[in-house]
Amino acid sequence: MDLSRATLTEVVAGFGKQQFSSREVVDACLAVAEKNEKGTHAYVQLFADEARRAADEADTRRRFSLSKSPLDGVPVAVKDNMLLIGSRTTAGSNIIKNYESPYDATVVKRLREAGAIFLGKTNLDEFAMGSSTETSCHGPTRNPWDLRKIPGGSSGGSAVAVAEGSATIALGSDTGGSIRQPAAMCGVVGLKPTYGRVSRYGLMAMASSLDQIGPVARCVEDTALLLHAIEGRDPMDSTSVELLEGWSLPTAWPESLKGLRVGMPKEYFVSGMDPDVESSVRAAVKVLEGLGAEIKEVSLPNAGHALAVYYVLMPSEVSANLARFDGIRYGVRKMGDSLEGTYRKSRGEGFGREVRRRIMLGTYALSSGYYDAYYLKALKVRRLIAQDFSNAFQDVDCIVTPTSPMVAWDVGEKTDDPLSMYLADIYTVSVNVAGLPAISVPCGLSNGLPVGLQLIGKHFDEKTILTAAKAYETAAGHRATMRPPSA
Amino acid sequence: MKLTPEQVDHIATLSRLSLTDEERTRFAEQLSSILEYVDLLSKVDTADVEPMQHSIALMNVFGADEPAPVDEATRLALLSLFPEREGDLLKVKAVFS
Repeated sequence: MDLSRATLTEVVAGFGKQQFSSREVVDACLAVAEKNEKGTHAYVQLFADEARRAADEADTRRRFSLSKSPLDGVPVAVKDNMLLIGSRTTAGSNIIKNYESPYDATVVKRLREAGAIFLGKTNLDEFAMGSSTETSCHGPTRNPWDLRKIPGGSSGGSAVAVAEGSATIALGSDTGGSIRQPAAMCGVVGLKPTYGRVSRYGLMAMASSLDQIGPVARCVEDTALLLHAIEGRDPMDSTSVELLEGWSLPTAWPESLKGLRVGMPKEYFVSGMDPDVESSVRAAVKVLEGLGAEIKEVSLPNAGHALAVYYVLMPSEVSANLARFDGIRYGVRKMGDSLEGTYRKSRGEGFGREVRRRIMLGTYALSSGYYDAYYLKALKVRRLIAQDFSNAFQDVDCIVTPTSPMVAWDVGEKTDDPLSMYLADIYTVSVNVAGLPAISVPCGLSNGLPVGLQLIGKHFDEKTILTAAKAYETAAGHRATMRPPSA
Repeated sequence: MKLTPEQVDHIATLSRLSLTDEERTRFAEQLSSILEYVDLLSKVDTADVEPMQHSIALMNVFGADEPAPVDEATRLALLSLFPEREGDLLKVKAVFS
């Protein structure tokens, strides 16, 4: 077995049967990470020595039946906007390039307590703002399916690590599609949990009412295992919630989807979609139907407004959240001739272009005279979008869409045209606006590049989308072909 | 809605950002095209619609009103992040002149 390609489920089973050690899995992943450092550039920091030492310790614990959890000894990669003691957390930004994490994010703490092994920090768009992992101060990450292509973003490094085999599982964060879209473009599975399911404590905030941390993995079952390890109420995040029994994750994986009602939003299947993406997604819907699911057309009348709502609300929250980076308490300080001058210089030189664009857009939308027309208006349309989903969920149990309207594009293609970059998020942002859970699962290749299928569920009903995604994954059998040629 | 370079300067001031001349021109163009796009919201009928700040109905989440001291290692880690310090104090430029 190629241990760099093993799923989490296989790794956990292999540990149990003593087929291989944690050290062997960690070595296999590190070898891929080191080989691709200059190629895909998934990682911005690797903890090779610490990871090997931790793996040996996990193996010792296992020998004495003292394993901390089933995840003890499993190698995981962490997006570089989550705090992890012993590492820098840079968010891909010059303004905090040397920021040493003073504490662990709650998700990191939970994985640490479970015995997981941190391999390194993965690349991202600066402060998670982007759809291509090109705006990082560490340089771009590239798609292992074709190094000329972007990997998607902003959790591009995490998706690439899992796709190329330099990590068994990874954590990403998703504000408007940042887990699902790179997962789709790299041919792996990514899940954005319901808002409030996973603690955001220790995640560098981008847009606090939209952000969620979630799993990236090689198969659906792995995402469920990883989500289970990180979910649940955390007193340090007042928006995280106590999980009810009915919201638990699946423990059995039925092959039939008989009785499941799947909605296809008519507004999404019209125009603007790459024809190959459309045919892959329609073929996937046929597979769901073949598994016994009932396919129904649903309507989301405000779907066409979601992107505009997102590109008002997100920058507004960004402008408030990033006010803390002022060169005073941490990060880069560039002296000006006054206090304000120091703020402006530190921020002007420390933040990249896309971050500054979004701060300015949000500042404008919140400024006197424009607040009602932009911010307040967007909050109202947000409710209409959420109501559309509630209405649709009267008739169906989950909703199916493409994850992205296109496959991975060329590096550099959209960097100068922010609006065209934003349009790539058209199918993912409404999920964050409404706070719903959604998963992206590979559904085929178009010209050698992966296409993703998105399943959207009701609030806290991750169980339904995971069950449907797993049945689809098994029936479609794409996993065998979802291996990047270079990996 | 087309932003003028003066408006971009004003927004940059509110945002506490410095801009180069080239960025001022480019941002005016790029921000204008984004604002033009989001303007489609103005055509949506939202009479009687309540604004929605949050997707999950949570209200007034209270924590215990107890001091939670930070451990020494975290305290030192936080202090070491100061860009300029004198002992345990953070050094900043004068706020009032």
